[in-house]
This record gives sequence, C-alpha cells and structure tokens, in this order.
Amino acid sequence: MSMNLEQEKPLLPDSPLSKSKSAYLPKVLLGSTIITMLTSIYFIFLYAEEEKTMGAAQKIFYFHVSSAWVAFFAFFITCLFSILFLVKRQRIYDTYAYVSAEIGVVFTIIVLTTGPIWAKSAWNTWWVWEPRLITTLILFFLYIAYIMIRQMDGVWDKKARLASVFGIIGFVDVPIVFFAIRWWQTKLHPVVFGEGSDQSGGGIAPSMLAALLISILAFTILYAYLLNKGVTLENLKIKVEQYKEKLRMDIEN
Amino acid sequence: MNLVKSALLLAKKDLFSEWKTKQVLVTQIIFASLVIVVFSFAFDPSNNMTKAVIPGIIWVIIVFAGILGLNRSIVSEQRNDTMYALLVAPMEPAGIYLGKFIANFTMIMIVETIAIPFLFLLFDFNMAGSIPYFILIIFVGSFGFVSIGTFLAALAGNSKSSEMLLPLLLFPIASPVLIGVTQATRIVLSDMSKLSSALAWTQMVTSYDVIFFVISLFLIDYVLEV
Repeated sequence: MSMNLEQEKPLLPDSPLSKSKSAYLPKVLLGSTIITMLTSIYFIFLYAEEEKTMGAAQKIFYFHVSSAWVAFFAFFITCLFSILFLVKRQRIYDTYAYVSAEIGVVFTIIVLTTGPIWAKSAWNTWWVWEPRLITTLILFFLYIAYIMIRQMDGVWDKKARLASVFGIIGFVDVPIVFFAIRWWQTKLHPVVFGEGSDQSGGGIAPSMLAALLISILAFTILYAYLLNKGVTLENLKIKVEQYKEKLRMDIEN
Repeated sequence: MNLVKSALLLAKKDLFSEWKTKQVLVTQIIFASLVIVVFSFAFDPSNNMTKAVIPGIIWVIIVFAGILGLNRSIVSEQRNDTMYALLVAPMEPAGIYLGKFIANFTMIMIVETIAIPFLFLLFDFNMAGSIPYFILIIFVGSFGFVSIGTFLAALAGNSKSSEMLLPLLLFPIASPVLIGVTQATRIVLSDMSKLSSALAWTQMVTSYDVIFFVISLFLIDYVLEV
C-alpha cells in the first residue's frame, strides 16, 4: 500500500521533541555499569570457585547467561513499548522499542557466539538442537525480521505501527516456541544442562551463584545505559531530520 | 454478523476472480509438483528410508506453495489501489482479514487435496496410519499457517519487497505450528500406537491456531490503517 499520498507530515513546530534531559541519568548509569562490571569480573575470575570438570572454560557461563537474560528482557521491553505506542501513538515509545530491539540483537549475537564456544569445551559439540538454543536462534530471527520491518520504505508512523504489531506477535510467539521445542525434544535430551554448572541440572555453588547474580545485574545496568544512549541518539537523528525538513520547506517557500 | 457477511463476500470475490484467471492456483499446484520432483532427486524414492521424510516433505510443500498464494492475495489488491477501496468500504478491517483468510484457506486446501495424493503416488507410499486423523492434522496445521500467514502478508504488503519480507516474518513465527504438525503427521502416517502423542501435538497446534487467530483479528486494525 505504498502510495504517493503518503508524505512526511508537516511535523514541526509543535512536535514534542524530547527535551534534552539533565545529563545526570546517563552518567549515573555509566558509573554503575563500570562499577558492577568490574565487581562481576572480580567475582567471576577470583571469587567464584573453578568448576571441577569444565575448568576455566566454565567462566563463559556468567557472560552467556547474563547476555541471554538481557536479550529476552530487551524483547520484553520492545513488546511493552510496542503496546504503549499502539495505545498512545507517541514517537518516543516507538524509539524505545526500536533501540531495545537493536540492543537485543547485539546480545542475542553474544549469546549465540559464546554458547557454541562453551558447548565445544563442555559437550564437545558446537551446537545441540535443544529447546533453549533453538528458542534463542528463533528469537534472533524474530529480531532480524523486526529490524527488517523498520528498514521498509515509507513514513515513520507506518513503519512504527507495523513494527509494533510484529513486536507484540513475536513476543507472544517466543514462549510457545520454547514449549513446543521442549516438548519435541524431551525424550532425546533429558536434561542436558540445568542452571547448574555440574551438568546435573540441579545445584550451583553459592560463590558461583553470587558471581552469576552480580554479572546479571551488571549486564542489566549496561542494557539500561545502552538504551538510554540509544534513545538519545535516535532522538537527535529525528531532530536533525526535522530541521532538514524545515529547511527544505523554507527554501521552497 | 456483519463481519462474517462481509468476509464471505470478500472471499467469494477473491475465489471468483481466481476461478476466472486460475493464475495462483495453477502456479501453486505446478510449484508443489516441482517440489515433489526435486525431492525425488534429493531422496531416492526407491529407498525405504525415504518413507521417514514424507511428513517433512508434505509440510515443505504446503509451506512453500502457501507462501506464493499468501503474498499474491494482498499484492493483487494493490495494483489499482483496491486495498484503499476495501478500507473505505463499510466493513471492518477484521472483515477484510477474515475474507482473505477464507479465500487463502480454501485455496491451500485445494492445493493439498491435489498435491498430497500425488506425492503418495509418486513416492509409492503405503499409508499405515489413519486417514481421518491425517486429514484432521492437515486441516489444523493449514489453519494455523494460513491464519498467521494472511496476517503477516497484510503486514509485509506495505513493503515494496513484500515477497522477500514475508518468509522472513512468517517462518520464525510459524515454527511452533511446523514443529507440531510434522511430529503429528509422522506419528499418524507410520506409527498409530503413539496416537495419544499425535493428539497432544494436535491440541498444541490447535491452541496456537486459536491464540494467533484471535490476536490477528485484534491487531489487524493497526495493520490495515490508512
């Protein structure tokens, strides 16, 4: 339905550009990211005890799980802001959804690269067709599809609308994918790995749990920082677009 | 009431125009046959092992042939901007979705009734399971695939390269359906002793169908907005 009726709406002067907020928040986020990251590195490499069978290779677990958490969380945020956008129709919600999806892609890629590296040393294979792995892979494809919708031609509100719809559908889909695959694979792979480092699917040493929780916290704050920065950047881009549009109109008139 | 009436009207229009041109249906059937021929090169039909991949082949045919029709059903409304005419017509967007869904579903059913016996014939497949269950599973699976497919086709139709975008959107979203129906089809075609497991899969796919059909009906208002 691309039609030449669709033109960039004259969006100036009253368009609510987000005011440049106090630069307080990003600084706080940056500071806490650095502090928690350093702490988590200390905890991972010095505090947490070494895993008996996998040795040092198991350390990747902390980054892997934290990235996976951030990837899923980012998609949740995308879905949340997609719903908000469809209800309120304000561009800022759409920007949040988009930036969150972009960060999600990055962290999904981290998960999908650290996973096989760890798997090669732990299970002696790069890839296992196991529920969590396939779900993450499908999540990755969903993010890519979401970004592809953003790359469509046309005006922003159309793209934002369609992407929001897809963000909601995709988020609803992910748990169903997980359960479908788990059901499919239960007989083949009983418990390949639980949260536990000892592969029994059960226990995790307290020191490891502490390291894991701190690294999850660090990654979540990093996500918040990236989201904040990304939204600021995106808003600046929009602002530049609007000034260009205004300039063009001024020249034409 | 009005919704169903307008949907049926739209489906009738689509099917009638398809009946006159026979453009999509013929393409889909020939394409399905070609997929079967390609599979006969990939998997030796005289080999007994090939029987194991038949359920997979059935769904590959349905998915690929289906995608051709799904994309056409929306793109064909763009040539003279008839989509705008549909949107300004006194019917809800949900009615448009429902109408397109009925038309697509009818067409994919026709393709299946021709292509699947043809596949069994060419691969010399002896049905060991139950035909009614097989038909039920094909029906439920196609329903889910076409319902989410029609919705995403309407979404992708906004892009200039919709035929490239649609598979990228559809395959990840439809993966639970495809997992479920291939498992169920495999059981029903070969090993009837595990029928309860096949029925469980069918239930899962049915619940997926219901969830996504309802979500599509709700969200189509946002997709088909001028």
